[in-house]
Amino acid sequence: MQPAVHLRAAVALLGRFPALAGVDLDVSPGEIVLLRGPNGAGKTTLLRVCAGLAPVSSGEAVVLGVDLLRDRAAVRRRVGLLGHATFLYEDLTVSENVDFWARASGASLNDGRLALDRLEVAGRLHDLPVHALSSGQRRRVSFAAMVARRPELWLLDEPHAGLDPSGRDIVDGLVREAAAVGATVLFASHELDRADGVADRTVEVVGGTVVPVEVAAGAGSEPPRA
Amino acid sequence: MTVDNPVPAAPGPISTASTATRVLGLISIVGLVALAVFGLVLSPPDAKLGETIRILYMHVPTVSTAYLAFVITAVASIAYLWKRTEFWDLLAASCAELGVLFFGLTILNGMLWGKITWGVFWRWEPRLTTTAVLMLTYIGYLAVRQIPNDTRTRGTITAMIPITHKAVDWWRGLHQEKTIFGTVNPDMRGLQLFTAYLGLVVFLVLFAWLLIHRFRVAWLTERAADVGVDAAIAERRAERALGSDPTPSPGGAS
Amino acid sequence: MREAALVMRKDLRLEWRSKVGIGQVLPFSLLVVLLFAFALDPDRGVLDKVTSGLFWVVVLFSSVLTIERSFSVEASDGIFDALRLSGMAPASIYAGKVAALVVQLVAVEAVLAVAVAVFYDTTFHMPLLTVAVAVVATLGIAGAGASYGALAARLRSGSTLLPLLLLPLLAPVLISATRGFEVASGREAGPGWPWIALLGIFAVVYLALGALLFRPLLEDA
Repeated sequence: MQPAVHLRAAVALLGRFPALAGVDLDVSPGEIVLLRGPNGAGKTTLLRVCAGLAPVSSGEAVVLGVDLLRDRAAVRRRVGLLGHATFLYEDLTVSENVDFWARASGASLNDGRLALDRLEVAGRLHDLPVHALSSGQRRRVSFAAMVARRPELWLLDEPHAGLDPSGRDIVDGLVREAAAVGATVLFASHELDRADGVADRTVEVVGGTVVPVEVAAGAGSEPPRA
Repeated sequence: MTVDNPVPAAPGPISTASTATRVLGLISIVGLVALAVFGLVLSPPDAKLGETIRILYMHVPTVSTAYLAFVITAVASIAYLWKRTEFWDLLAASCAELGVLFFGLTILNGMLWGKITWGVFWRWEPRLTTTAVLMLTYIGYLAVRQIPNDTRTRGTITAMIPITHKAVDWWRGLHQEKTIFGTVNPDMRGLQLFTAYLGLVVFLVLFAWLLIHRFRVAWLTERAADVGVDAAIAERRAERALGSDPTPSPGGAS
Repeated sequence: MREAALVMRKDLRLEWRSKVGIGQVLPFSLLVVLLFAFALDPDRGVLDKVTSGLFWVVVLFSSVLTIERSFSVEASDGIFDALRLSGMAPASIYAGKVAALVVQLVAVEAVLAVAVAVFYDTTFHMPLLTVAVAVVATLGIAGAGASYGALAARLRSGSTLLPLLLLPLLAPVLISATRGFEVASGREAGPGWPWIALLGIFAVVYLALGALLFRPLLEDA
């Protein structure tokens, strides 16, 4: 089967800085892969490359069958990226934001509403402007806007950051659910205890490269808390 | 002209000169001296313009060169958006800089002429207004290039400015008479005509000479920064050995 | 079209919620109208002579503010990335931004026209010509403004550069719109349509270039 993500010696430059210095990574459809590694290792850039945002300057990069070196814009509508930025308009309300991004990505209004429910964003918050929300609430709205797009590839940069325990459980549940129906998930996290339980596989991002992590026998393929 | 080269791989100062530029430079210098002699001493004053015709020997060449430079900037900008190669971006930038230089000279000698002929340095008439707008446009262009940015982003963003300006300029149809002498139409002959053409040729050669040097400086600046990339990739990969610390600090961005 | 309408509605809703245009840009433009009156002593009839020009200069200043606001919103919180990820056609986003700018600027112009009529005692003898000149000129301003606004938003210290880049480009619009208003207010004889035609040409050039160049403007490289 064709991998969902296929990177071979992929180099991505931020200006002249090689944020990715030759990444080899293959991810199968439906797989959940955890990226871990120190700050500045290139995790965010790796996710942005897979989203078709950051350009790959050399090597091979094929995501969802799209050759990123040829036309990286073609992959964008099919991926969902949850970054450090919330992608929300501060002065619009929660539902206006989710509606706008759902419809801009070709999803329906209903998808947006359903996603807000899934993230357990209380109904009383829907008509509040985003600037009135706490950062954890924004994070949930932002996640809902992403889920509403029904992406084939989920790219999550620190999805647990800033969320309360129930929020983290919701995120983990959504990730497992998405993978169960065939979506692929790549996520970066420092919450290793929690993230290890969700991921099928862990790789270490360091120095702009990806190295597989040796897994202790018994752990690994089966999530312990499925 | 030399550039400091911080890269150890290329020893010694790299010169932007070549045989061609030395020849061009020689022609420019000799030509400028000759132009001064012909323009100021040997050619006779004009029947209508009197002594002020001597400014024309400088004004027409500077304005023609400046417009040529701006046309090249616009064309190179379009080519950059199309081909996406550094060559066009750097050519556009080098031409814009020289264009502003020659245009500044044009405005200066034009104003001197205006002061003598009209009694004022500046008149608000369409040609001069267009001139002022063009000058400001390219000052804006150079200002944008000053802002540190990723090379390709910078190229894309700045390419817009000359293209839009040129498109508007073209539609206005104001590009026929670029000099303040357009209305005066002196009747030149003999030595006067020779001096006028000499001026054009000399300034074109001067422009070519400066352009080649400016372009090479720009090119080498990019190369000097580029040579670092391979080393940077190696250095980046080496972080693996040093810093594969599996216990990163919490909550940080990568 | 659907995408352009979506972007336009979003922009107008943002303006409605934040009230930056009504609360800041409009009062500023009225203030400038008053300042001109203070500076150019009204007793000597100078104001009457320069009204059309002043009107359009004020419109240009207000446009710079409106355009800056329109794109600083997109530049915040990674929204440029989100717009690219949405998969909307860059030309549609551009069209939506232009449409929202036109609506906002026409509203500012309408209020300014009333202010000028009241404070400077100007009469527009040909209302149809006045409106036509204003609308076509505004299309040109918004067309150029939306591409340069995006450009400036992508640059550090871009907001201070926006007027330097945009105003020279709009100089021909200023000239033509002013002359059109001179005709409309009866200060200049002759037909008004050549000015509308000229403004129309600028608008078409700006809009065509903007639609073409918006894709590279949104991209990183």
